[in-house]
Amino acid sequence: MVVQAQTRWQRARVVELADVADGVRRIVVEPEYPEHAAPGTHIDVETGNGTRRVRSYSVVRSEGRGRRLTLSVQLSPTSRGGSAAMHRLRVGDELTVTGPLQSFPLAVGATRYVLVAGGIGVTALVAMASALRRRGADYELVLVGRSRAVMAYLDDLVAEHGDRVRVHVDDEGTSLAVDDLVAGIAQAPASAATELYMCGPIGLMDAIARSWDEHDLPTTNLRFETFGSSGRHPAEEFLVRLPQLDREITVAPDTSILDALEAAGVDTLSECRKGECGLCLAKVVGATGTIDHRDVFLSESQKEHSNSLCLCVSRAVAAGSGPNQHAVISLHLT
Amino acid sequence: MTLTSPPPAETAPPPTAAAKIFNYPRNAWYVAAWDHEVTGKRPLARTIAGVPLALWRNSEGRAVALADACWHRLAPLSKGKILGDELQCPYHGLRYNATGRCTGMPAQETINPSAVVPSYPVVERYRYVWVWVGDPDLADPTTVPDMYQMDDPAWAGDGETIHADCNYQLVLDNLMDLTHEEFVHSSSIGQEELSEAEFDVTHEGNTVTVTRWMRDITPPPFWLKNMRDKFPGFEGKVDRWQIITFEAPSTIRIDVGVAKAGTGAPEGDRSQGVNGYVMNTITPETDRTCHYFWAFMRNYCLNSQTITTQLRQGVRGVFGEDEDMLRAQQRAIEANPEHEFYSLNIDAGGMWVRQILERMLAAEGRPSSAPALGQGV
Repeated sequence: MVVQAQTRWQRARVVELADVADGVRRIVVEPEYPEHAAPGTHIDVETGNGTRRVRSYSVVRSEGRGRRLTLSVQLSPTSRGGSAAMHRLRVGDELTVTGPLQSFPLAVGATRYVLVAGGIGVTALVAMASALRRRGADYELVLVGRSRAVMAYLDDLVAEHGDRVRVHVDDEGTSLAVDDLVAGIAQAPASAATELYMCGPIGLMDAIARSWDEHDLPTTNLRFETFGSSGRHPAEEFLVRLPQLDREITVAPDTSILDALEAAGVDTLSECRKGECGLCLAKVVGATGTIDHRDVFLSESQKEHSNSLCLCVSRAVAAGSGPNQHAVISLHLT
Repeated sequence: MTLTSPPPAETAPPPTAAAKIFNYPRNAWYVAAWDHEVTGKRPLARTIAGVPLALWRNSEGRAVALADACWHRLAPLSKGKILGDELQCPYHGLRYNATGRCTGMPAQETINPSAVVPSYPVVERYRYVWVWVGDPDLADPTTVPDMYQMDDPAWAGDGETIHADCNYQLVLDNLMDLTHEEFVHSSSIGQEELSEAEFDVTHEGNTVTVTRWMRDITPPPFWLKNMRDKFPGFEGKVDRWQIITFEAPSTIRIDVGVAKAGTGAPEGDRSQGVNGYVMNTITPETDRTCHYFWAFMRNYCLNSQTITTQLRQGVRGVFGEDEDMLRAQQRAIEANPEHEFYSLNIDAGGMWVRQILERMLAAEGRPSSAPALGQGV
């Protein structure tokens, strides 16, 4: 296992497209400089035309030592916006991408593994589940979705993993009871050596993290990846005021504060662009509406009591529901 | 007389030329350290198959191999502190558990979920800590090479580590062909019968065996001493054997010994002789350096620490001669980049070894030759 934090940008050609669930497209690309993508890796894709708009997509499958990489992209109005461009791709198109980047590695040696995939989050866990099966590890794959029609790879995963898969579908009345899942882990003999890997909507991940805490399970056994792409509220347009610069900037639903500030030529500092590192932290000096933090840098209590947010993923939503009401937040940048 | 000149001499090596700087497989178990070298007191820094590692033990005594670079700014974790089940970075105090997961970050309430350093599969066996720096999904502990004599009650002995300034394959070559003993080790184990005796080479799966019997010969000083340890006052001729077994990627066990001449050792009765196993396992460090772990194990006079010490010192002297030769050979290779290797009949064992390693490298999609100096990795 190599932590790949940096890699060169390169061209990748789209060679195959298929719809694998309602609104989910499988996109197979052939990168210029193939490199095996280990379970848990993603690639960054430039989705703007020459701008620095970068989106991260998990590698669902790596074939021929990385000669063919399978991504899967959900077309979603609440995503960070790259999905529409990705869904417009045609076979033969070229993308600018990174090689595989690893920030969600599958550890070696846990006694038991539980993988929890919510919705499109399954893309980060498909390769992990296969690796665990090949290793002969003790694992369970929990698939959670609103309806079967939107759950990508459901049939394939059931076929591959059989009894190790548990499927929870909201519209079938079999929604996941998070506390039951975590309590089950806590009561099992290997509880302290069980790792849970999750990728999915922030609400699901928050609920699992809270329950994990309540059951006193080791914090470091809870592994997750978020591309800052989901929040407690749907994304909507809002305004950012910068008293320091005497400027007001609109943040569209499919962009981030950071992207909007960069596009407006405002000097910013950032690195991970997915709410992990805290470099882009800014002070909130005033707000109408609610802040939807979406980051994992601030603790729950900091989100509740402090007045900071991560420019890369945090958003604001209006308190009211009128058509022309936008939330407005005033920020003090570092 | 024609006016056309002959084509210029080909400068490319012949297609069958043996690689001079041999690549090492990554998907393999390598010895990283003797078990006693890895402790819960302070981490050990060692580079294994090109990967710098910080080796340490957690509070359960389990050996752990983490990448020797903090996730944050790559400070070497091997200079850090072991705090129970965690290794603390010496620079900004980030802490990591045995799986490489960061468990503590300064000045913030959360831990970045991406903060992980690679943790490599580790197996402790035969008094060694083995690590796997390749694809962890292929790390099958049952494929650790057999070195059972190292901790079997029927065997006694000890060994050391040589940091050899040469490509690991040169050590394998050295051990697979012991005719060099006549020239390199003339004062201890060398004798001219070595290059006169016939030898057999067989190979099967991941192993290669070279067998050589020298019958009715005068024992060289090393073996005469060993015979006298078991048979005080021994005089006379012996039958001597060397059965060299290679197991991929780089372990070589050499069944060596002598028995009173004509007492049936070649047919299987070794009771009138002394038997040792030279246990060698060579771990590539870089393309041009390796860690050479060796031990001499014997199955007689098991309780004599004196003999253990004498044998260890004796073999140290012998292997010191190899070390000098290997370093000089590596220098000559670097100094003569245009020259190729050519093989002799005595290289059959070593050439089978290369073939097995080439197969392993091909499975990893890598060539058998490492890049020349100054051409990157």
